[in-house]
Amino acid sequence: MKNVAEMRPGEQGIISGFTDDQLSVKLMEMGCLPGSAIRFNFTAAFGDPVCISVSGYELSLRLEEAATISIIN
Amino acid sequence: MVTPRKLKVALAGNPNSGKSSLFNYLTGLNQKIGNFPGVTVEKRSGFCLMAGNVSAEIIDLPGAYSIYPRSLDEQIVAEVLLDHHAPTTPDKVVVIVDATNVKRGFLLLSQIIDLGLPTILALNMMDLAAKAGISYDLNSLSKKLGVPVVPINARNGTGLEELKKIMCEPPNPPDRQINAIWKEAKEAVKELRDRLGVDNDYEAYQFLEQPKSLKFLGDERQRVVDDIRKRYEFFPGKFQGAETIQRYSYIQDLLNEVSLNTSDTAWKKNSVRLDSILLHKAWGYIIFFTILFLIFQSIFAWAQVPMDFIDSQFARLSSYLISVLPPGPLSSLLAEGVVPGIGGIMIFIPQIAILFAFISILEESGYMARVVFMMDKVMRKFGLNGKSVVPLMSGVACAIPAIMATRTIDNWKERTITILVTPLMSCSARLPVFTILIALVVPNQKALGFFNLQGLALMGMYLLGFFAAIGSAWLMKLLIRVKERSFLIMELPTYRLPKWSNVGYTIVEKTKAFVFEAGKIILAISVILWVLASYGPGDSLHSAEAVVLEESKNLRLTEDGLADRIAAYKLEHSYAGIIGKAIEPVIRPLGYDWKIGIALITSFAAREVFVGTIATIYSIGSVSDSDTSTIQQRLKSEINPETGGPRFTPAVGFSLLVFYTFAMQCMSTIAVVYRETKGWKWPLIQLAYMTGLAYISALLVFQILS
Repeated sequence: MKNVAEMRPGEQGIISGFTDDQLSVKLMEMGCLPGSAIRFNFTAAFGDPVCISVSGYELSLRLEEAATISIIN
Repeated sequence: MVTPRKLKVALAGNPNSGKSSLFNYLTGLNQKIGNFPGVTVEKRSGFCLMAGNVSAEIIDLPGAYSIYPRSLDEQIVAEVLLDHHAPTTPDKVVVIVDATNVKRGFLLLSQIIDLGLPTILALNMMDLAAKAGISYDLNSLSKKLGVPVVPINARNGTGLEELKKIMCEPPNPPDRQINAIWKEAKEAVKELRDRLGVDNDYEAYQFLEQPKSLKFLGDERQRVVDDIRKRYEFFPGKFQGAETIQRYSYIQDLLNEVSLNTSDTAWKKNSVRLDSILLHKAWGYIIFFTILFLIFQSIFAWAQVPMDFIDSQFARLSSYLISVLPPGPLSSLLAEGVVPGIGGIMIFIPQIAILFAFISILEESGYMARVVFMMDKVMRKFGLNGKSVVPLMSGVACAIPAIMATRTIDNWKERTITILVTPLMSCSARLPVFTILIALVVPNQKALGFFNLQGLALMGMYLLGFFAAIGSAWLMKLLIRVKERSFLIMELPTYRLPKWSNVGYTIVEKTKAFVFEAGKIILAISVILWVLASYGPGDSLHSAEAVVLEESKNLRLTEDGLADRIAAYKLEHSYAGIIGKAIEPVIRPLGYDWKIGIALITSFAAREVFVGTIATIYSIGSVSDSDTSTIQQRLKSEINPETGGPRFTPAVGFSLLVFYTFAMQCMSTIAVVYRETKGWKWPLIQLAYMTGLAYISALLVFQILS
């Protein structure tokens, strides 16, 4: 399944699940909920970290953290 | 009549929800910074005058996203809100939620309501919400949540009178639980409530979920909790994920019912546009480094005038005291030990104020989060944090405010490493030492017809400090082991104009913290150093004048020359002089003699003292500090009795340069590290590490060059 780290700037998707239990609760608290729409905005230089929009918030994640969010689009 | 217990109100909310603005508005300058017992988390509290001359204590809890802590700061929120029977238990909890997007704020709110403490919802930034076209049916929201709801604007004070009124109403604990606890946990919760008498289900459930936040229970009752946790196989965060999902679905249903209007994201378009420039892969970095350069320049340039003013005022006060007080040990302690010591603390205030004005603006505007975003990748390689850039750069001006600025780093390990390596950046106090030594050992010539060799050497010293800092950070990243996992997951808040009064409060708060906490230690050490340099065993100092007169009666000295000789004689025979001679065997391999040894000891007060001490010990004290050429000539002509050649050979000069680049020759830095890390462990490790690094490097330089 595709994950957020593989998205391109401007791409959108729906969060389908998480692959890291410990991180998933933190991500959910910040508004990344299964079923929410997620948009990949841009990355910093060297492609890491990344900026996403979800539930009306702009979040920054490290690439390895983004890779734990599975999406469908 | 019993005086009523003072009302205690805790403020809770997400980071960036406007909590500090509300706190500043409610308490004004009646704030004090303390510590939560037993932990290193800063406690901000203050008093607020309510209607009818009642004053309430307001406690500003650290910003948190949920009751489940993910940092020490957030753990405080859990500890304060779980402990329902302590004198410090808040009577009311005000939860501040950003009205432009309430979901995340409501997650924390719903958890706090379930804990059963009387709760008030303050919907902040109603102006922005209105602009974005968002509105809620507040009556229905209040009814559904079972708590009072107050719309406010913490930036201009709208709605705060209403909020204060509700704070003063008799406490009215919420009458419902939003989220029923899990079936699987019910039995354990019931047993815990029966055995410990916990007030409500969710509170008991949290006891089982986060055993680390229960220090207030005491050993015996913690054992009961542990026993139940073991039997029911609880582990931290067991149902947390499921609970979060359930709460969000409740929040979504609630919002479907009470939202009158939802926004599109058009109101954010300016922020998005700004990000496309400020976070641009090339422009973003150019802009950031320009801002850093500007901060660095202003600390250097703007702080100089007030610093010179403070310096001269304390010097005047000191000489005034000498002239009016009767001569005696107490008077000279006051005039030459205490007053200059206080002056040595005050002199840092301009730099601290300027740096924190900038940092506060960066934080308030939302730019600081972008700094982390841009720098995270690079800094992480060295065990640092994206936010470490600001302390490291400001360290070039002065390590004191720079170390205080590491507060913004959430991760403990990354913050500790930043604190440990920041003093390696060459600060402005090293500049006078560098200038004198470089002029002494580097010829004033042009290399390649363009570069001035002395200028190159000076730049080399700065680069050396920088690489030492980065290299040490990398080393410490490998050495310091922590279980805490480093993660970023951070909000990029919408850009906003900073609120200037918040900037002002930050400056006052940081200055006060430095003067009253680090200042005590600085004053104590400077008095000790003064005693060491002005007193000696027996009456050796009293006879100084007679001895020097006797020794130099054939020399036809001027009055100044004689006074200089007496001063040099006194310093040589003081305790500092004795220590300087005592450490000579240790520093001889670095190429230093006891005279340099004395300078090493006295300049522990501050590096620039090196110049003054050298001037005194070589009997040129009456020459003003700024006239360095006299000192240089005198140093050049100093002969090493063992070799018959000059004392300050290039080997000695470079050895000293390297020593001063690395050594922790600054008691103020030690004091501020003590304050920031809340203990002597890290300042002592840092002192040992830096002194060791300085000694070994200076040894290598001297042995290779000579």
